Parts: sequence; C-alpha cells; structure tokens
Amino acid sequence: MRPFTYQRVATAAEAAAAVAGNPGAKFLAGGTNLLDLMKLEIERPAHLVDVQDIEGLGTIEQAEDGGLRIGALVTNTTLAANERVRRDYGVLTRAIVAGASGQLRNKATTAGNLLQRTRCPYFYDPNLPCNKRNPGSGCAALEGYSRQLAVIGSSDKCIATYPGDMAIAMRVLDATVETVQPDGTTRAIPFAEFHRLPGDEPERDNVLAHGELITAVTLPRPLGGKHFYQKVRDRASYAYALVSVAAVIQPDGTGRVAFGGVAHKPWRVEAAEAALPQGAAAVTAQVFADARPTEHNRFKLPLATRALAGVLAEAKG
Amino acid sequence: MKFEQAAGTNPIDRQKIIGQPTSRIDGPLKTTGTAPYAHERHGPNHGVVPNQSYGYILGAGIAKGRVASMDTQEAARAPGVLGIVTTLEQELLPPGQGIVANIFGGAEIRHYHQAIAVVMAETFEQARAAANMIRVDYDRADGRFDLATLAPQARVADESGKLKGEPFKVEVGDFAGAFAEAPVTVDATYTTADESHAMMEPFASIAAWEGEKLTVWTSNQMIAWSKGSLAKMLGMKPENVRLDSPFIGGGFGAKLWVRADAVLAALGAKKVGRPVRIAMQRPLVANNTSHRPATIQQVKLGATPDGRLTAFHHSSTSGNLPGGDVEVATQQSRLLYAAPNREIFMKLAVNDLPEGNAMRAPGEAPGLMVLEMAMDELAEKLGMDPVELRIVNDTQVDPEKPERPFSERHLVECLRRGAEEFGWNRRNPKPAQVRDGRWLVGMGMATGFRNSMATKSAARVRLQRDGSLVVETDMTDIGTGTYTILAQTAAEMMGLPLDRVTVRLGDSDDPASAGSGGQWGAANSTSGVYAACVKLRTAIAEKLGMDPTTADFTDGEVRAGNRSARLSDAGELMAEDRIEFGDLDKQYQQSTFAGHFCEVAVDSYTGEVRVHRMLAVCEAGRILNPVTARSQVIGGMTMGVGSALMEELAVDTRFGLFVNHDLAGYEVPVHADIPHQQVIFLDHPDDKANPLKAKGVGELGLCGVGAAVANAIYNATGVRVRDYPITLDKHLEKLPQVA
Repeated sequence: MRPFTYQRVATAAEAAAAVAGNPGAKFLAGGTNLLDLMKLEIERPAHLVDVQDIEGLGTIEQAEDGGLRIGALVTNTTLAANERVRRDYGVLTRAIVAGASGQLRNKATTAGNLLQRTRCPYFYDPNLPCNKRNPGSGCAALEGYSRQLAVIGSSDKCIATYPGDMAIAMRVLDATVETVQPDGTTRAIPFAEFHRLPGDEPERDNVLAHGELITAVTLPRPLGGKHFYQKVRDRASYAYALVSVAAVIQPDGTGRVAFGGVAHKPWRVEAAEAALPQGAAAVTAQVFADARPTEHNRFKLPLATRALAGVLAEAKG
Repeated sequence: MKFEQAAGTNPIDRQKIIGQPTSRIDGPLKTTGTAPYAHERHGPNHGVVPNQSYGYILGAGIAKGRVASMDTQEAARAPGVLGIVTTLEQELLPPGQGIVANIFGGAEIRHYHQAIAVVMAETFEQARAAANMIRVDYDRADGRFDLATLAPQARVADESGKLKGEPFKVEVGDFAGAFAEAPVTVDATYTTADESHAMMEPFASIAAWEGEKLTVWTSNQMIAWSKGSLAKMLGMKPENVRLDSPFIGGGFGAKLWVRADAVLAALGAKKVGRPVRIAMQRPLVANNTSHRPATIQQVKLGATPDGRLTAFHHSSTSGNLPGGDVEVATQQSRLLYAAPNREIFMKLAVNDLPEGNAMRAPGEAPGLMVLEMAMDELAEKLGMDPVELRIVNDTQVDPEKPERPFSERHLVECLRRGAEEFGWNRRNPKPAQVRDGRWLVGMGMATGFRNSMATKSAARVRLQRDGSLVVETDMTDIGTGTYTILAQTAAEMMGLPLDRVTVRLGDSDDPASAGSGGQWGAANSTSGVYAACVKLRTAIAEKLGMDPTTADFTDGEVRAGNRSARLSDAGELMAEDRIEFGDLDKQYQQSTFAGHFCEVAVDSYTGEVRVHRMLAVCEAGRILNPVTARSQVIGGMTMGVGSALMEELAVDTRFGLFVNHDLAGYEVPVHADIPHQQVIFLDHPDDKANPLKAKGVGELGLCGVGAAVANAIYNATGVRVRDYPITLDKHLEKLPQVA
C-alpha cells in the first residue's frame, strides 16, 4: 500500500470537488474492495475522500413516482432486509444475499457495490500483463485461464467480467444511478449505460467522470410478477457467479431477464425478452448471439440457457 | 522403551480417561483468541521478544530464469525501512530437509514467486510498501509447465519415488496375460488436479539472535527435523538453534519443512540487528511453497464374472522440480485388494512449476480418488454392488508378500456397517433414476485406506511437589487435539484427573517427538508419553519403597500390597524416555481402514453438485479421544469434498504459475457445502501397533472420500467424469435436456 492522504467530507458536493481537484484521488465508502486492491497496489490512490459522513445518503425512501430511492451509503445488509425491497423487488434482495458474506454485506454500500472491480486473476497479479490494471501491457487472460471470464461483449484488450450480483438485479429492474458531478450539477444515468464494455479502454469500468459521486440508485415502480435470482457457482456460498440469472416473470410468461458473470457489465438484451414465453433457448439464442467464448468458458453459454430454463420452470410451478 | 512384542494388558486399557470423549483442553484459549500463534507473539500478553520489526517477502515475477539486477535504492529510502536482504547478496542456501526448491539465495529462479528479497521495517505496511518499490530485471528462460505435454517423456520412478535409482515396478504374476483373458475389464485414464494446502494460518515466524544463538518462534509441524534443517541451511550448529511452535493454525503437510518465512526472518534479523516477524502473504503461499501435484493415472482391472480381480494395473504420472519426488498415488494400491496378477508403478516428469510436496495423505488421496472410481466402474460392468465388490476382493495379507498379514484389518466390517447405517440398500444401482424435484440424487461409496507408521517419539514427565504432572515434548498440535490426548495418556498412566496434567508442546529444547505428519502423530507421541510415564511410575514406586511391578496408580494415589501413598508424597521427580520400535511393522502390515459413503444431489438444470450427507466408518485401533478423532475425520471428509468438487490450482502454462493464488480464486468448501457428516469408529485396538494400541485417523478421513463423492455423482447423473475436480462444466451438456 502506498502512502496516501485521507479526508472526510460532510456533503456530496464537497466530496465531488475534493476528488475532481486531485487526479490521484478516490472516494472511499465501505472499502471492501478498494482497500484490498490498495494493499496489493493494484489501486494506488494518493488521496482518499471518505464519504461515509455525508448526511442523507444512508436512507431508503419512497420516490414520488411510486418507486424507491436507495441512498448511496445504504449497506447491502440494510437494503436486502428492507421490507419494501423484500416485498416489491425480491430479485434485488435475492441477488444481494447471494453475494459475499454477512460481514462484507454489513460494510459494503450500494454505490460501492456497483464500482467493485473484476476478479480476473490476471488483474490481481501485478507481475502479469493486464490492460485493465496497466493499460497497454496486454491481456494475459485472453489466451490464459479464463474459466470465470466474459463470453460476450469482450474485446481483444480485455475479457474481464463485472463480478457483482446486486447490479444484475438492478439492471433487470431498470434502475437509475443518480450522481453529483464536480460542478455541483446532478445527472441520472440509466442503469444500462452505467457499466461500460471494455473496448479499447478496459481500465474504465463505468461512465462516471473523475470526481463524479453516486448519491443514490432509484428503482421504478414495482413490476409485480415472480422474482428470481439464480446464481450458479462452484460452491454453495461465498463464490463469484459462473453465470447468474436475474428475472422477473409475469403470470402470462412474459418478463425480463439479465445475466451476470458473462460480461464486463450486467448483460441484458431487452429485445430478446419477447421470446420468454417460447422458453429459455429462444431467449438466450438472441441474448448471446454475438458471444465469443474461450475454450475455458464456452460452457457458460449452455449454462445460461439451462439456468434460465430452471427459472422459467419454477415460475410456472 | 522398545516396543518389540504385541502389547499385553497395561494401564491404558483401563480407559478411564483415554478413549473418553473429552473436549480440547486448549479449547478455551482458541475460542477466546488467546492461544499465542506464531505471528501473534508480540505485545504485552504474548510477547516473546521485545523490539520486533516486520519483514515482508518479495516473490519472483517469473517462473524460470535469472535475476539480472535489483534496484533497492527507492525501497531502502522508504519510510520505516530498516534493511533489505536480496537474493543477489546471498549465496544459495543449502537445501533444507525435505525440500528441493531454492529457498533463498543466488540469481537463479527455479519457480514462480521464489523469494528474492526480504524488507524489514518498523511496520508491516512500511515493509510491504517498500518491497513493492524494488525494481527487478529478469532474464527469462523457457520452462516446462504442462503435465499433459510432459507426460509422454516421463520416466518410471525408483522405489523411493525419485529418478536417481533403478526404475521400480511392482510386477506380480502375468498382468498382461490375465488382463487379456479377463471376461470383465475396466481400462480408463483419470486426472487429479494440483491442490493447495490452503491452511488458515499462513507460514509465519519471528526470529531473534542472541550472539550465535538463534530462536525462531514459528508455525511448524516437525520441530526436530526443522531445527536440524534450519541449522543446516544457515550453516549453524544445531545446538545454537531453538524453535518454538506451541500453536499451529493448520498445516496439512505444508509445514513439515522449513520455508522462506523462517529462513528470511533469521537472515533479516541478522541484517538489521533486531528481531524480525514475518507472515507470508496469502497470494505468495501457493507458488512460493508447495502443493499436492496433479496426476494422470491409468487403471486397468480384469475380473471374473463373480467380481474377483484377476488383473490389476495402476500407474500414475506426476511432475516436480528437478530432484523432486513423484506423487505416490499408487502406493496404497499395492496393499488394498487381492489380485494374483499385478502391475503398479509411477512416472515422474521434470517440470518448472512450484515444488510438489506432501499434502494430507500424499499419494493415497489422489490415488484412491482414482482407484475407487475405477472399482465403481467395474462394479457396474459386473452388475455387482460396489460394496460387495470390495468385500470379495478383501485381503488379510500383503498381496505381494502373502506370508505377511495385516495386524488388524476390518475393512469388511467398515463397509457392511456403513452400508447398514447409511441405508445403502435404498440406492438404485441404475444411475440417473432418482429425482427430487429439479435435483438428481445419487449415492456413492469408496474404501478408505491409509497406513499407520511407527516412529520413535520422546517425552519428559515431571511430577510436581503438589502431585500434579507436567508433560514436555517437542510434539506439535496442528489443530488435531494433541494437547488433549497427551494429557489423557499421562493422566491415565499416573492415575490423575485430567486437570492435574499440564502439557507443553512445540519447543525444540524438549525431547524430540514423532511430530505431526502422515497421521503418525497421535499414536507415536502418546506412546512416547506412555514410555516416560512407565519410567516415572518406577521412580515414584521406588521412592515410596513400593514394588514398581505391582504398584497401582489410581485416584492420585499409589497402592502396592496393603500400602498406599499420595503421589505428592514422592516429591518432585522427573522421567524422560522415548518409544522405539522393533520389527512388528515389518512382520505385520499396520494400516487403517474406512468405508466412506456419500449422497449427493445434482441440479438437473445447472449441473451444480450439492453434497447431502456423508458417513465414514473408521477402523484405526483404539480411538484415543472420540471427540478430537471425529474432528480429524470430518475435516478430512471436508477436504475430500473439496478435491472432488472444486479444488484446483489452475496452471498458466505460458507464464508457469498457479494463477488462482488466493482464497477467492482457490475455492475450498464452505459451511454451506457440508450439511451433514457422520463418523462411526469401530473398536479394534491394535496390540501390534504400540502400547496405546492406537493408530492415526487424520488422513484416513480424507482417503477415498473424493471417489465416494464422484461415484455418488455418477449414480445421480449417469455421466462419468474422470477428471477431478468434477465441476459442473464437465457434465453439464450430458445431463438430461431441459430447454
């Protein structure tokens, strides 16, 4: 860990300005991912702006349109246990409790969870090439051990996956990420546009500008239907998804579905959802039409289909 | 005391304290976080030496080649840095006992994350930051990293598992002829993965010099070996080295030997003139130290229609660094089943991966994962129950030396009892028939088999003025319950309640014990304490003017004839002895046995495997403490589930390393993977093993488990996966269609 300076701020605008004015600065909230990466010197911020004291970011409120506004600092545990979330947005609770461990969820925040970085093993070993960690050094994963990595939306520069669960549910719920920018103005980013594909800049995980602070995630009005989060992994708990399926299925068989563990962002193809009443294979044929798997992770394609089939069968049952 | 003849009746047979289900006497220290593990021996409560500094190890960033240059200027100037030792300023240290990797010194890099520097600083964070400032230039060389590619050139190993001597093959009868004629055969190739010990406590040491004398407070399974080894590596007289390792947070064989933490703490402490404390960082453990090597195994079985094996072939190929050993995966196959025509051997491929070395049940674990899967395949071809197939092929003698019997062998009882307890008769022999909603359910079983090794072990016992007892030995408790069973042994021998016995372990100044490894620790170290207690009983009786041969030690008293005295009447007395062994283990094969049973469910949609329940029925002589023994067995069973379902060090064959070198990437079972385990111990004391009539269970609990899980998966799915671990991708597309 490199020496860094540390600052606590009281307002979102102050936080945004503090980071914006310092190219080496980063926000710190729960720290469950950032601090680990700092110890490994994969992240080397010169300055940390701790946002945990900011008032008003720690609550869950009803939104005017009947939806829900989740403050950036709401912990995973609080969010998953929230009565309204459990009642109206079950897919979100199920996704959150499928991730990490109780201790981590107590500390991890809503905003921070969206910003967690990939678990690609090559990203984690500073001796090895990785364009995300060290732009221009190459991608060791492309021809390497890629069992966990992306099957779609990847580039020749990077095949990392976004590792989280909560975001997959937010994607299926059409959430919106609210931010405050360094100039004090706010913006609302549709969830579909929040995480990026790696393209030629795999070091950029999302569309946030330097110094732009997430203040909340809002959920639209409840969708009804049955909510599912099926996470497929190598052990029963405390493992990243090989493939996950977040789905909301209506009684008539229509619905929405997003996939985790397959791409650099939560993967949802809205146009394919029309095929849900025809079954899983019809949906995934479209969702993964442009897949480019490696030899190690090709199994994720039939797995995604089968996992969705399991969800659809349960939705009927 | 030399143990040369079968044990007769002795005070242990009373079993007032031995054999009782006693909780760990060191349990409160562990549950309150006050047991002083190596890296915690600082500060006001546990401090062993003042003025400690922190060391941080830098591992090589290449797998093979040379360090061309190292620039330490920036690191040396970094805040808090006290000193740096680089590999270029140190001649290559002589090899330590049991190790072929270079621990430290010289420019040559022989494997990834080989230690190339240690940085000492006032704080851990300062040492770590400075280590990352060292700039290293390498001359890279090509290495050999892919076992499958290397296997065709692998050579048959000698009898010691190396490539030095004559190639060794067991060849009994005419295997080829018998296999060709056998009406029912199995011939298949199987693989097991490289595995990491992944013990909770990483390698950790504190080193301090006092003139010529070095003390290392460390985490190590084998104190006497490691004291000599460290002395040799550092060019010191053994009497100038002291090791102390009272608590060990798991080792699984990784801590049999001296590793870079102890060596670099010693070198670093010398450099900076202060004690140095090092805990090896988790991402370094897998590649810097050792692992269980992957294997490619072939099994060919020929049998008559009634299931009798007529032809038996088991061979295995594994890799290791130059000079390293083969993974002895076919070792147990020499003794497990009767078959008149036998061919058994191992091949070794020289490679440039990190060192392969002992990990819990070395050889047996991967060997039985394979052999016991092949037996399941044979049972199916025969249309025979897998339990019955094992029973039909049981042997009471060494198949290579029929004149040599097993001292005790009740495998058949293990299997029959297990089948009954587990409800094996409810298993549908036809695979893929049992459904529970979306789950495919199956049962599997396997034989567990591990030898019991007799090895000398010493202890000292001190009778205190108040009639209490202190036991001192360099024996280690690696989480196994050694403190408790040694206290039970001494209490039983001296007729004292358990709380009147204090046990001190892990100090190399105390008598040399068997140490902890190869499941030999419990039986031999208790026998050493037994020997010392016999001597002390004699000394006490003589002091009290009683006949030592008839004196009875009970309830804190000594009684002979119509006289009795309190133990404390003898005053302070001390006795030291060791157990040594004659050739009973040559005359008799001494082994432990288990029947492992497992029920799994496989998600018919996703292929995920979930273990429902497991049972082990174990025969291992007298069980010294059913509570701690059970802990050992269920720990082994858990590790077996890991081997079967998820544990795999992933090799990057271009860069030559295990890529998933942390506990997020290398998955071991979590609680949710292990819902229900049952352990049954059979009561068959082995009077030819040792005075305790006991044998080990620490590895027996693992041996065969992987195959029991794999066979249950096959029974559930009808898909046979011969490459461990059986991750869902390997059977997914062969499962029933769902979409």
